[in-house]
Amino acid sequence: MSVTTATPTRIMEPLWRVRLRLAWRSFKTGWNIFRENPIGLIGLGMIAFFGLMALAHPLLIATVWPPNIYDPLMGYDKEIISHPSPPTWIPNAAAEIKSLRPLPALRHILGTDPLGRDVLSQLMSSTQSEFALGMMAALITVVVETTLGAVTAYYGGVIDMVFMRIADVMIMLPFIPLMIVLSAMFDFQMLHLALVYGILVGFGGNSLVIKSQALTLKVKAYIEAAKVAGGNDLHIIFTHLIPNLLPLAFLSMMITVTNAIFIEAVLSFFGLINIRMSWGIMIQITQAAGYLLTSWKYWYLMFPAGLSISFLCSAFYLVGRAMDAVVNPRLRKR
Amino acid sequence: MGKYILKRLVQIVITLFIFQTLLFVVLTAMPGDVTNRMFGNPDIPPEAIEQAKERLGLNDPILVQYARWWRNFATGDLGVSFSEYPKPVIDIIVERVPRTLTLFLTATLIQFTVGFTSGRVLAWQRGGLVEYGSTLVGVLLFTVFTPWFGLMMIFIFGARLRWLPLGKFLDPRIWSAAKIPGLADSASKGNFVFNRMLLTASIILILWLAILVLTRKLNSFQRRRILWGGTAGLLAVAGIVWALSGVGHLAWDIIVHMILPVITVTLVGYGGTMLLTRQTMLDTLREDYIQTARAKGVPEVMVRNKHAARNALLPVLTNLIIGIPFTLSGGIITETIFSWPGMGRTLLNATAAEDVPLIMGVFSFIGILSLLAHLVADLTYAFLDPRIRYA
Repeated sequence: MSVTTATPTRIMEPLWRVRLRLAWRSFKTGWNIFRENPIGLIGLGMIAFFGLMALAHPLLIATVWPPNIYDPLMGYDKEIISHPSPPTWIPNAAAEIKSLRPLPALRHILGTDPLGRDVLSQLMSSTQSEFALGMMAALITVVVETTLGAVTAYYGGVIDMVFMRIADVMIMLPFIPLMIVLSAMFDFQMLHLALVYGILVGFGGNSLVIKSQALTLKVKAYIEAAKVAGGNDLHIIFTHLIPNLLPLAFLSMMITVTNAIFIEAVLSFFGLINIRMSWGIMIQITQAAGYLLTSWKYWYLMFPAGLSISFLCSAFYLVGRAMDAVVNPRLRKR
Repeated sequence: MGKYILKRLVQIVITLFIFQTLLFVVLTAMPGDVTNRMFGNPDIPPEAIEQAKERLGLNDPILVQYARWWRNFATGDLGVSFSEYPKPVIDIIVERVPRTLTLFLTATLIQFTVGFTSGRVLAWQRGGLVEYGSTLVGVLLFTVFTPWFGLMMIFIFGARLRWLPLGKFLDPRIWSAAKIPGLADSASKGNFVFNRMLLTASIILILWLAILVLTRKLNSFQRRRILWGGTAGLLAVAGIVWALSGVGHLAWDIIVHMILPVITVTLVGYGGTMLLTRQTMLDTLREDYIQTARAKGVPEVMVRNKHAARNALLPVLTNLIIGIPFTLSGGIITETIFSWPGMGRTLLNATAAEDVPLIMGVFSFIGILSLLAHLVADLTYAFLDPRIRYA
C-alpha cells in the first residue's frame, strides 16, 4: 500500500494559461492608464472609424453598389452627363447635376471625380490599402528594430560598432527625396514600399532607442539567472530580452504607421508609385484635372482625400502619444 | 573638447563614405544608363552609342567607375547636368542652395520662436480644454498632408483672396521691365538682387548679434529697450538703403513671393516644436529645483521662463538643428507645390529626367549638410548644458 499524493502538475495551472492571465492583467492595467487620456481615445475612435470604412467597402460593392458604377478604378456613372458632379443629396441637386433622370439622394454621397468615379468608393477602398501599408511597414520595422536592438545590445563589440555606423547613415538619410528617387527608378508597389521603408527605419533611429532600453535590461538579474541556468544566447535574446522590448517597439510602431502613410501619400501624389487607388492619387487626379485651385464648388474633390490622410496620420500619432504614458511611467499624471 | 571634435570628424568621414557608397550602389543598380535614351532614335547608329558609352566610361568595371567618382568628388568636380545640359552640377547647386536655405531658415526661425514661446505657456495649462485643444491643433498641424495643405494655402490666399502670388520665385513681368546694367535675362537679375538681399540679411543678423553680446551686462529692462530699438533701427536703415538703390521693388517682389511658402512651412513645423516644447517643459517641471524655486517664493512667470524654459530649451534646440537637413529634404514637397526654384524642386526634376550627376550632387550636398548639422547639434548641446562634458 502506498500513499498516493496528487501530482504537482494536477494542481498547477498549465503554463500557457498563467501567461495568458498575466498578459490579460497587464493589458487591463495598461488600458486603464490609456483610458485616462481622452486624446488617445479620440485617436482610437478615428482609427476605428477608418477601419470600418475599409471593412465596409467590399461589403457595399458586394451588395448595394454595382461594380460598373462604383468600382474605385473602372467605375463610371453613365446616368450623369458631365463629371465631376456634386453629391446627390445637396438641396438643388437636380439643377446642379446634369443627369438623364433624377437620381436618388444616396447615389453619390461625395459626388463623382473628373473621370466619373464615385469619390466615396475611392475614399473607402484607399483606406484598405493605407491600413495594409501601415501595418506591413510597422510590422517589418518592429521585427528589424527589436532584433537589431537586442542583438547589438547583447553582444556589443564589433557587431555593435558596425550597426551603429549603419544607423548613423540611416538617420542622416534624406528620407523623402531618397524614397522619391528610388520609386522613380524602380517599379515600386505597396509591398516594396513597405519593405524599403520598414528596413530603412528599422535600421535607423528606432533601433537606437530600442538598443538603449535593451542595454538597461541586459544587466537585470533575470538575464543573469537565465545565463546561470544554462540558456544559450539565442534563447536569452528571444525569450527574455525581446518580449520586454516589445512595449517600446509598439510605441514606435504607431509613429512608423503615421510616417509610412504620409510617405505613400507623397509618392502617389507625385505619381511615382504603382498602386490602384490611394488618397494621394485622388489628390493628384483632382490637381491634374485643375479642380483644386478653382472654386469652393469642388469641395467634394478638394477635402475628402486630403483630410483623410491628415486625420488617419494624426489618429495613429495620438494613440502613440497616449501609449507613451502606458509604456513610460515617468509621463503619467501624478 | 578638441579631441572630441576630432573623433567626431573621423566618424563623420566614415559615415560620409558609407553614405556616398550607398548612393553610388543605388544609382548604378538602376536599370540601364544614359545611353538607353538613344536607342529609340534612328539617327543614332549603334556604333555612336557604343562610342558614347566608351567616352563616358560606362564600359569600365564598376570598381574603376567607383574610384573615378571618388576622385572627381574629392576635387569638387560633380560633372555636368544632363537635364540642364551645359551647366556643371556644382554651379546649379551653388545657385539653388541660397534660395532653399533662405526659405527654410526664415521659416525655422519663426516657427521655433513662436513654437517655443507658446509651448512653454501651454505646458502651464495642464488639463482642461486648452490642453486638449492645443494638442489636437498641434498634432493636426504636425501630421497634415503637406502637399494638400500647401495647395489649400495657395487656393485660399492666392486664388480666392488674391492677396499673394500663386507661387514661383519672381514675377517675370516686373523683372523683364527692370533695368540692371550688365545683366540681360531675368534669371541673372534675380540672382544679382537675391545675393544682395542675402548680404543685407547677414549684415543685419551679425549687427544684431553684436548688440546682443554688447548689452549682456545691462539689466533686463534697459537691455530690452536697446534690443528693440536696435532691431527697428537696423531694419529701417536696410529698408531705406534698398528703397534708394533703385531695385527695391524687385527685392520686394521676391519677398512677396516668399510669404506664402514661409507661412506654410512655419505652420507645418510649428506643431512639432510646440508639442516637443510642451513635453520637455512637463518633464522639467517635475525636477526638484522647480519645487525649490517655488518654495522660496519666485514668481510663477519667473519659474516658467527662467528655471523651466531654459532647461527645456536643450532638446528642442537640438531637435531643431538636427531637423534642418530634414526640412531641406522635406522641402521637395513645399518647393514643388510653390514652384520655388530650390534644391528640392531641382532634385525632383532631376529624378524625373534621370539626371544622375545632378541627383548625386544634390544628395551629397544634403548628406554633408546633415552630418555637419549633427556635429553642430552635439556641440551646441555641450555649450548650453555645462553638465555635459565630452572627454
